[in-house]
Amino acid sequence: MLDWLIQPFDDFDFMRRALVGSCIMALAGAPVGVFMTLRRMSLTGDAMAHAILPGAAFGYLLAGLSLGAMTLGGILAGLCVALLSGLVTRSSHLQEDTNLAAFYLISLALGVWLISTQGGSVDLDHVLFGSILALDNATLVLLAGIGSISVLTLALLYRPLVLECCDPTFLRMESSLGPVVHFVFLALVVLNLVAGFHALGTLMAVGLLILPAAAARFWARELGPTLALAAALSFAGSSSGLLLSYHADVPTSATIILCLGSLYVVSFLFGSANGLWLQLFPREHLQA
Amino acid sequence: MNVSRHMTAASALAPGIHFRDLTLAYDRHPAIHHLDASVPRGALLAIVGPNGSGKSSLLKALVGELRPTEGHIELSGFSRQDVAYLPQQTRVDRHFPLSVADFLSSGLWRECGATAAPCSAARERLAVALHQVGLRGFERRLIGSLSGGQLQRLLFARLIVQERPVVLLDEPFNAVDERTARDLLSLIRDWHGESRTILVVTHDLDQVRAHFPTTLMLARELLSYGSTAEVLTAANLLRARRMGEAFDEQAALCRRRGGT
Repeated sequence: MLDWLIQPFDDFDFMRRALVGSCIMALAGAPVGVFMTLRRMSLTGDAMAHAILPGAAFGYLLAGLSLGAMTLGGILAGLCVALLSGLVTRSSHLQEDTNLAAFYLISLALGVWLISTQGGSVDLDHVLFGSILALDNATLVLLAGIGSISVLTLALLYRPLVLECCDPTFLRMESSLGPVVHFVFLALVVLNLVAGFHALGTLMAVGLLILPAAAARFWARELGPTLALAAALSFAGSSSGLLLSYHADVPTSATIILCLGSLYVVSFLFGSANGLWLQLFPREHLQA
Repeated sequence: MNVSRHMTAASALAPGIHFRDLTLAYDRHPAIHHLDASVPRGALLAIVGPNGSGKSSLLKALVGELRPTEGHIELSGFSRQDVAYLPQQTRVDRHFPLSVADFLSSGLWRECGATAAPCSAARERLAVALHQVGLRGFERRLIGSLSGGQLQRLLFARLIVQERPVVLLDEPFNAVDERTARDLLSLIRDWHGESRTILVVTHDLDQVRAHFPTTLMLARELLSYGSTAEVLTAANLLRARRMGEAFDEQAALCRRRGGT
């Protein structure tokens, strides 16, 4: 059993790199994911992932399978969509989700148009499904850099972000940080999605943010423990996904997401804070 | 308009809140129409009027949530930073997993800044405020587990912590029981004793008669403003009730300009 757990990492360099990558993304991405679920932005993450895709593809078109170009392209496309939809939301009566949908669709279509008119036979496999088993040093450093920026920014932003989620009217009264907080948070989402797409691909990267966060909320009641637990669950899910895919020889990114998904389902059923079993077998009530 | 003389005579320099030909409109339909009034510093003022008469809009304009369509609001003797505001049906997301203590400490925002934790003296103030609204022992409870009235008391505790010279309350006694309303009211009277300026939007006219020295009655336009006894007359109340609540889609353009 111990062999089953350790031997792949002991034998293969690429497995160790994948494990380090998972750890970085768990620490950085899961807390951001918790705030996304609390802000009812779970699907916003999906929209952002689509918005990033054309940027990454454009970077690929310009510079080939270049880490820097694809990362930069993805970040730029994501930030543009976030900024534009934020601007339109503030100067119109439409809600942000509507404007975000509009801009990510425009971005997606632009990407498709670019790729087909350039006529290149773009191999989008890397962008769509990631390559967590092929993380080289440069990519790991990039992930670590993005992760550090994300964790530090979230720490600095913590109080304003909490207040912006919980009582936005009050934040507007007390400081002018409101719009800044919202935009910086969207930027964090974009950064983590870009980090995630190198490993899992654009379409599944958002799972790394949302699934552990959703699972953690079935166990922890207060925000602090939820953040820590989400990171732990994310790492647990990713590493078991790595192991399963190695032993069963199945696609890695999908296996990781399925493991995280299983954690979510188990948490929904047995979570100690809000699990289904608590509703099915309610505990006896207290006197006061 | 029967506006008491001593109210309109307030000069521009007198410390207080001055509404100058203020019009607030939603989609061109006025919620407040050419309001001229001055609220002196230290006033305890009730703002009354039927639904849709512009009471909440007036407070929103005061805190900058709503931009005047015409006219303006002058604050003299204090700035917008000195205003604490309790909105109606507060837009607090009660599903957010935040404890009562953490929520309350947001009242120290100006003092502690965005990143620092409250110092021990400030934490003492938080405890005192919780005690004053009868929520001692609730520190670790999540805000989602509070009843509507308890949340309202928590919001009052935050106003206590903020210690602002100007306090705006929009229907503060909604959802609170009689005893709590009495407690909160005595809190407001204490603030009045400290010469703070307090504006309260309310529908409870008995309460206004009993506790508020001055009243401003709105029905989109200013109906009456002065001492509560002069304002809450049967004739004025009848005029307020006659206000058409719905916007008139065929309404003509307003040609009135400031100073007329």
